[in-house]
Amino acid sequence: MNVDFTTAAELLAICKKEVISPGEAMLRREERLTGASRDEIRGRLSRSLEIMKAAAQTALSAPQKTMGGLIGGEAIALDQRRRTSQSVYGAVMARSVAIAMGTLEVNASMGLIVAAPTAGSCGVLPGALLAQAETFGFSDEELINGLLTASAVGYLIARNATVAGAEGGCQAEVGAASAMAAAAVTGLHGGSPVQCLWAAGTALVNLMGLVCDPIGGLVESPCQGRNGIGVAGALVAAETALAGIPAPASLDEVIAAMYAVGRSLPSELRETSLGGIAVAPSACARCGGCG
Amino acid sequence: MKDFSIFDIIGPNMIGPSSSHTAGALRIAQLARGMISGEIVRADFTLYGSFARTYRGHGTDRALIAGVLGFGTEDSRIRDSFHWAEEMGLAWNFIVDTQNKDCHPNTVDILLQNREGERTLVTGVSIGGGAAVIKRINGVDIDLTGEYHTILVRQQDTPGVVAAITSALSDHHINIAFMRLYRESRGSLAYTIIEADEAIPAGAVAQIQSHPSIQSALLIPKIGA
Repeated sequence: MNVDFTTAAELLAICKKEVISPGEAMLRREERLTGASRDEIRGRLSRSLEIMKAAAQTALSAPQKTMGGLIGGEAIALDQRRRTSQSVYGAVMARSVAIAMGTLEVNASMGLIVAAPTAGSCGVLPGALLAQAETFGFSDEELINGLLTASAVGYLIARNATVAGAEGGCQAEVGAASAMAAAAVTGLHGGSPVQCLWAAGTALVNLMGLVCDPIGGLVESPCQGRNGIGVAGALVAAETALAGIPAPASLDEVIAAMYAVGRSLPSELRETSLGGIAVAPSACARCGGCG
Repeated sequence: MKDFSIFDIIGPNMIGPSSSHTAGALRIAQLARGMISGEIVRADFTLYGSFARTYRGHGTDRALIAGVLGFGTEDSRIRDSFHWAEEMGLAWNFIVDTQNKDCHPNTVDILLQNREGERTLVTGVSIGGGAAVIKRINGVDIDLTGEYHTILVRQQDTPGVVAAITSALSDHHINIAFMRLYRESRGSLAYTIIEADEAIPAGAVAQIQSHPSIQSALLIPKIGA
């Protein structure tokens, strides 16, 4: 039996033929690719999940002192507001955004994170999964299934386009993370493989064109806020797919379109800090130490 | 085309903030550490390109020192590596070169010195996603990633040396995945890099080292293994 796939169409064909989820297809591919057992692979993902939980916990316990000093304390401020006021977007979203932005704080303060798919977008997937687990009681095993689904989507994007901001802009980093999280959340709520990939496609389309313009070249601002919108977009896309609304095009087409947009972005908007908000005078003034 | 694993997408697990400027930098230093024998007492780093401009905010300096000290990308001591360097007897210095535009954006030269005064100069490049490549050792252009179990052999460029290396490996039942030769010029200093799927036993290294034309053979363990 062929378990490898390089496109979303091939992934869906495997899911249909074997009657399995995209995450299960990714797990079988990994077994074949690396020779590792299912238990070993799931065990390593369990460690990834533990790191995600610890980072969220760290950010929500105390403000983090970041290397560049552009951010710090946002997760606590957000969580405080969630607890003391009526959140404008409800508790699940509030928790998701606090964890996503908090994980980025931990990353910026040289804490331990899981790049998913990159360090600059490391908050999106934990923000989505951990808040869903808190609210709906998903078990760790279910969250590991979510990580597997997410990795299938991330793999398709990395394989057929890019997840590097220097190559494709922030749409390739936070956009990919958002697509991964959207598919994972859709799967957790019983969405079909088709719906999982709709969610991924919708999330990617909704952030298409997002530029990478880090102030001072640091992975702090606007990266932190973009992790917030990345997780919010993931939940919007998951809800959309679960409501039976397809993505504007197939996931393969969406990935190709995202890649084409990325390549047409001027280099100023691809992680060089020579454009976008990175060159706004007040942003530069806050950074001080950049070259 | 690279075959992506789940853990290339959900991972690496790393100390932030940047896979290229922190984790990748650490990995360069980790590889460089394997390219000199004995106890490393001094490390001089020259930073180029984006490393030179943004190293402080990315903790690139801390990550490089941590790599020389042998810490992994998940080690929470990275943030305090200046302190650990002092504790572990490593002197260090950073030079920033913003003039050189000819190299890859994320490049560092690392000059390591061991207790015996022997020195090795290594040039490494962080290529994204936490991966790194060593491009140069002591003036010889090479290509080494640490994605396999690797032996780095320094030898006199004379007939029969390569045969001695490969027979030592086959004596120990090591299957060679990749093998490459680099030299300064005919008859002079040369490097052989051998990458294997399995861990390479110390006995194979000792056998390679015993050859009269071989100056050194160093085992560079697979990163993450």
